[in-house]
Amino acid sequence: MSGAARAHHLPAGLPIPVSEPDGLSAPYWAGLRLNRLLVQRCDRCTTWQFGPEWICHHCHAFDLTWTEVEPIGRIFSWERVWHPSHAALKQHGPYVALLVELPHAGRVRMVGNLLGDPRQTLVIGTAVAGVFEHHLQSDPAYSLLQWRLQQGPAVSESQSAD
Amino acid sequence: MTARARDERTLRGRVAVIGIGETEYYRHGASPDPEFKLALKAILAACEDAGLDPREIDGFSSYSDDRSEASRLAAALGTHRLRSATMQWGGGGGGCCAAVANAAASIAAGLADCVVVFRSLAQGQYGRFGQAGGIHTVSGERSYLMPYGVLAPPQRFAMRVRRYMHDHGVRQEALRAIALAAYHHAQANPRAVMHGKPLDAEKYDASRWIVEPFHLYDCCMENDGAAALLLVPAERAGDFRHKGVYVLGAAFGSGHRAAATAHNAPLYATASFDTVAPDLYRMAEVGPSDVGVVQAYENFTGGVVMALAEHGFFKPEDANEFLTVDNLIAPSGRLPLNTSGGNLAECYMHGLELVLEAVRQVRGTSTNQVPRNDVALVIGGPMVTPASNLILGSEATL
Repeated sequence: MSGAARAHHLPAGLPIPVSEPDGLSAPYWAGLRLNRLLVQRCDRCTTWQFGPEWICHHCHAFDLTWTEVEPIGRIFSWERVWHPSHAALKQHGPYVALLVELPHAGRVRMVGNLLGDPRQTLVIGTAVAGVFEHHLQSDPAYSLLQWRLQQGPAVSESQSAD
Repeated sequence: MTARARDERTLRGRVAVIGIGETEYYRHGASPDPEFKLALKAILAACEDAGLDPREIDGFSSYSDDRSEASRLAAALGTHRLRSATMQWGGGGGGCCAAVANAAASIAAGLADCVVVFRSLAQGQYGRFGQAGGIHTVSGERSYLMPYGVLAPPQRFAMRVRRYMHDHGVRQEALRAIALAAYHHAQANPRAVMHGKPLDAEKYDASRWIVEPFHLYDCCMENDGAAALLLVPAERAGDFRHKGVYVLGAAFGSGHRAAATAHNAPLYATASFDTVAPDLYRMAEVGPSDVGVVQAYENFTGGVVMALAEHGFFKPEDANEFLTVDNLIAPSGRLPLNTSGGNLAECYMHGLELVLEAVRQVRGTSTNQVPRNDVALVIGGPMVTPASNLILGSEATL
């Protein structure tokens, strides 16, 4: 369902994601480097949690387990960006940012870009699949999770694991 | 404390606004004065309006990490003493009403007797909100957004609004009506940066997208300037130049896990007033039908749609029907909105200009005066946390 992007969707020069000094999100970023999407899940009450936090917001257990999930989901919302809010985007033209919901991981959401034609028609609820995008020449190196429209049947509510 | 007093923990009628003031409002980067000097000018203007010696100020209240620090202001103004200094947590304009609430609470609790609420911005000196530059690495919330080009407020809020429009069938025309009403009001307001620059539907429709669903005119301006208002205990309201305008209620905060990172708030398509609006009406002892005029913070028009619905003026499904230019303009509209021009067309004074306009409406001195002016609502920055709101009223409402 997922693969590695051959090129970078947005130009170089945007802010580079790094873990906090206390290491809270380090497993997430390390996972992306290895083509693995890791999301926190509470061992005690099975609540999924993203973005990461030191405590489970549901039962207050500490140190949730980073759990690998399949990078598929559906479009929860979207936006097509035209105005460049960063010097690196000045000549780039429009791009699409998605908010993707993961039904099989407690419906947590994450933001990424939609690969492909930025002018395409977008529909909330459309199934998408993750694409790992590696920026190994960057200093520091990092990896992102991008999205493409998924072939085949849409991810349905009934596939939810919780 | 007696049981009766405990039952009456409220700001209602305890505190009055007795002075308002602002500097000239400038386009961003155009202020000839540095930010701290702007703050001083606005505070002195509010004192002049009230007929108050600035040395009597004994408290300062602001928000959004205002850089003009309370103790420096107190020293610069030579105030007799400093008794209250409150900063509302959270960025953006979410705190523009909370700063008034914190000032009022300081007075009601007996900590201070004359508190100035202020906000000052000189973007030429310190940079704009709408551009993200000079950042090499990011952590936390921003790390899940910025590498994907979700950098500045327009991109951070557009997906909330898109989802809301999807959920409730809200059309672009509803957003447009909010922009047109603001520009309409600015044409009668000589303070407004967009005074003399009218907007019509054709110009709105033809304007470029910033980020869908926001056209250029759905987005607030960025400006330089400062604004201030003075609060005293209600029993002192009669000692000043203008009749007092009373705090009827104030509230701030947000609902369950509104700050869950990377757009994971359980209630996503919201302006964050689902819990805050009921608190406000409860304290003020009024409902939406008592409100004659509304100032609602427009970071983006879409946030105003949500905020008005969450304050009970219409159901989300009826937004298209309610949000028409005719309904939103003074004096005859069903709910005159942003009667100074607001963040879109008067000045992006981070929402404090909206509080000043609500005071003018209750006084009866607005350039777009409404006839039903006893109860005026201000809604602070929507879609953020903590958000805040405020209801002001005339002496007759006490």
